[in-house]
Amino acid sequence: MDWMYMLMPIAGVKIFWPGLVILGLGMGIIGGFFGMGGAWMITPGLNILGFPMAFAVGTDIAHMAGKSLISTLRHGKFGNVDYKLGVIMLVGTIVGMELGAQILMTLERLGNIDLVVRWLYVVLLLFITWMVFSDVAKRKAKDRAALAAGKEIDKHATGLEWHKTLHKIKIPPMVHLNASGIYCSMWLPIFISFATGFLAGILGIGGGLIRMPSLIYLMGCPTHVAVGTDLFEVMISGLYGAATFTYKGRTELVAAVIMLCGAAIGAQIGTVATKYIKGYGIRIAFGWAVIGCLTSIVLKLAGGWWPNLKGVLNDMATVVVLGVVVLMATYIAVGMFRGAAKEIAEKKARG
Amino acid sequence: MRKLWKSLVALPAALLALSGTALAAGGKAAQIVIVSDTRDLSGILAWWSNVYNESHLQFTILTVILIPVLGMTLGLLTDLVMKNIGIDLSKRDVAEH
Repeated sequence: MDWMYMLMPIAGVKIFWPGLVILGLGMGIIGGFFGMGGAWMITPGLNILGFPMAFAVGTDIAHMAGKSLISTLRHGKFGNVDYKLGVIMLVGTIVGMELGAQILMTLERLGNIDLVVRWLYVVLLLFITWMVFSDVAKRKAKDRAALAAGKEIDKHATGLEWHKTLHKIKIPPMVHLNASGIYCSMWLPIFISFATGFLAGILGIGGGLIRMPSLIYLMGCPTHVAVGTDLFEVMISGLYGAATFTYKGRTELVAAVIMLCGAAIGAQIGTVATKYIKGYGIRIAFGWAVIGCLTSIVLKLAGGWWPNLKGVLNDMATVVVLGVVVLMATYIAVGMFRGAAKEIAEKKARG
Repeated sequence: MRKLWKSLVALPAALLALSGTALAAGGKAAQIVIVSDTRDLSGILAWWSNVYNESHLQFTILTVILIPVLGMTLGLLTDLVMKNIGIDLSKRDVAEH
């Protein structure tokens, strides 16, 4: 079984390489489907495989850049990427992230900021969970009301409609975002990207987890466009992150390449799954993924309250994260294969 | 597709312009030197580790080129496989919000 272990030339550790392929595959599926990098899932996975933390983040970001490129190209062909919106948001994202990261470093110098950051993360994830599920509940109530009135269900109906209020802000210049079907002030995407970038910088994450729901609920993008456009942002920030982390010597490129082999297949599965799964299906699955993330962070926080149980709680947090990866990847892959089988069968039936 | 290419050209330029400011804004970090142990390595791995040890800049440039090229190549390969299976990769039918 020695051939299943490979020496990582820079980190100097022997790693079970099929584990890297599987991790890449799972995260490729989830990333392509939800439009996020998923660092919060990959870093503990790499750590379990034996990677030193110093290399886990850089390696993850390097593979994320390649994976999101594949997903962005595929989403682009489906018409899911609003490039104009992506470019406008990029400015706010970069400035916001740098500012957030600088503030985080200043706070770190002042004292122990870890706990504050974790609590901020918890509050934010609770808010996202509430947002997703109250949106779903409101949409279902609208559907029920339409059925009771004997009307057809409006396929384009949404639950939460905050974006409609935000679109009323008419500060020039105004922009048409054709792929998203939005006409709004250009300051709206700039402000949203700045705010989400700032929060991502403070929390030390890529930001897909915050940006994707913001694109849906604040910008008013259709779910599929939010996923595709967010991946475009992840691709650019991933390339930037890969460059900076590699320059600091913190990327194990051999591992990133091995992960990318699995992620290339996974990203296609996840992206093509959005062809068959409805927008609200994506939103509900995303809500559950956020709950998984929230649970793992609460478990880590609980380790601080009960120091004698810290080891067990940390292990439980890792199990939760990896469990979420397995469950979500399975759900998405099953959806993709079912949809593809149906499509192929229909094609054959038509002759 | 043209839009994507335009974006791909414009964005690295913007990033290059911003990265200088971002790097300059960073505080003084502790100087930790990580060196790759090349004694047990041979072939491409040894070459790769030597590049890492000799110049992080060269290593970064190679990484930033290799990752997108590899991503594109693997993406095109999986595209071919999916097309052969019979999946229509040109459009999405689901049009719900």
